[in-house]
Amino acid sequence: MDDLRDLYQEVILDHGKHPRNFRKAPAANRTAHGYNPLCGDQVEIFLELDEGGVVKDICFQGSGCAISTASTSMMTQALKGKTLAQARALFEEFHALITGTGEPDPEKLGKLAVFSGVREFPNRAKCATLAWHTMCAALENRAEPVSTE
Amino acid sequence: MTSAAHTAPANEQTYDVHRIKADFPILAQQVHGHPLVYLDNAATTQKPRAVISALEHYYAADNANIHRGVHELSGRATKQYEEARAAVRAFLNAADDREIIFVRGATEGINLVADSFGRSFRAGDEIIVSTMEHHSNIVPWQMLCERSGAVLKVVPIDDDGEFLMDEYEKLLSPRTRMVGIVHQSNSLGTVNPVKETIARAHAAGARVLVDGAQAAPHQRLDVRALDTDFYVLSGHKMYGPTGIGVLYGKRELLESMPPYQGGGDMILSVSFEKTVYNKLPYKFEAGTPHIAGPIGLKAAIDYMQAVGLERIAAHEHELLAYGCELLAEIPGLRMIGTAAVRSSVLSFVLEGIHPHDIGTILDREGIAIRTGHHCAQPVMARYGVPATARASLAMYNSRSDVEALARGLRKTIEVFS
Ligand SMILES: Cc1ncc(COP(=O)(O)O)c(C=O)c1O
Repeated sequence: MDDLRDLYQEVILDHGKHPRNFRKAPAANRTAHGYNPLCGDQVEIFLELDEGGVVKDICFQGSGCAISTASTSMMTQALKGKTLAQARALFEEFHALITGTGEPDPEKLGKLAVFSGVREFPNRAKCATLAWHTMCAALENRAEPVSTE
Repeated sequence: MTSAAHTAPANEQTYDVHRIKADFPILAQQVHGHPLVYLDNAATTQKPRAVISALEHYYAADNANIHRGVHELSGRATKQYEEARAAVRAFLNAADDREIIFVRGATEGINLVADSFGRSFRAGDEIIVSTMEHHSNIVPWQMLCERSGAVLKVVPIDDDGEFLMDEYEKLLSPRTRMVGIVHQSNSLGTVNPVKETIARAHAAGARVLVDGAQAAPHQRLDVRALDTDFYVLSGHKMYGPTGIGVLYGKRELLESMPPYQGGGDMILSVSFEKTVYNKLPYKFEAGTPHIAGPIGLKAAIDYMQAVGLERIAAHEHELLAYGCELLAEIPGLRMIGTAAVRSSVLSFVLEGIHPHDIGTILDREGIAIRTGHHCAQPVMARYGVPATARASLAMYNSRSDVEALARGLRKTIEVFS
């Protein structure tokens, strides 16, 4: 039960039930689609980058499990106001956190550290990282949907 | 709810589920500190010791290539391989061993028919499948349509997950060449009225392939009573090994069909001027087959028959009814698949909780279920859900297994509340 509580922390359950920035962005200039064929999770990320390459707005739509919805929701909060380089760097940290590889920096991760419990559930890692992979695809304006497989 | 294929009364006294469970070594383990409750049988079943021993014995004592050696071991291997064919023939109540083709699984069986029987299909021909088909009984036909210009038609299902016979009747026409229908749905548990489906197809001049991957472990089969043209099975879903399946085909159809793959064993003679294909069933078994596969499958069939097919069906039917009762009491639970005649599948969604999260929480309780689209995305689309949670029963499951499931679901709700 303990590792379940670590996985499904209050914050995660809250974001899973009430995702933030769950909408379309009318001024989005970068979008991408993500899909996890194993569980059917779908996400569409909308990004608005200003001329300086700073994330002015980021939001999403889609359907998924609590982990994937919460991860997407919290990612949108974390990335607002960040530069492209900062966004990518944060993904590196997050990836290290989820997969238990390397030494993630709690300072940089901030609230995203609540996802540390996912490490004990390797077959849920893709749920947590789908949004991030999709976000990277959006930054590169890749047309083909991102798939976890 | 009535069950498809049995009349014997269920009786827990005469059906010793604990003794049966003890025959499956894998079930005697703890998962995450709890006794394993295996409820993912529609994905694959566990293997009784008899099957594991048959495989081991074959490799330890009798392994050789078949149909080609003069030596003792080759003779033994060939004998056992062909005895397995006879066992499958009897299991399906087919008329002739030559109608039993060993393939890798249900998927390969369907691909074989789509490829070989479908080779004569032309633009304007029609193929009918139902909405509740597994992807393996959809995609090979779509590929055939792409190759041939044939058109795929789809029989709708109703909210309970019932095959709509009247809609099917409307789709049948002289253009219909083939009807593909699942005997028992893996995503809904619906047991389809295949006999009537076949009769109507025949009346329209069409042939029928029945996907029996899920039906095989749960009811007595009789391809002659059904009068089906083709029937496919997967060994691993009926307590046998993976990598072995069966295609049954009526002899005159198989005789008339071109080979599927070329190679050794499927020929009588080869020269660069002219190659003569072998007779049935070898025409469709190119190359060295998975020899141990049929041997393990025969052991599985023998095991099921020793327990008794009717008794297994009665036990599972009673367990399904009990499971439905328990799940009906879970707040916010909606069953997906409530057909009048169904078997062994409890597919459901919980309000506000994604199936994937249900699966993870149950797993920590040692309970294995499947979550996702179950290779039946058109069914998910029909019900407007991205995925379901599915518990599926087998002969070794007991009332305490479904009780554990219900407890696990209450715990899931607690975690999410
Ligand atoms: C109804 C049905 N048909 C076909 C298949 C395909 O079986 P296999 O993957 O063993 O070829 C499955 C497997 O899930 C199934 O449930």
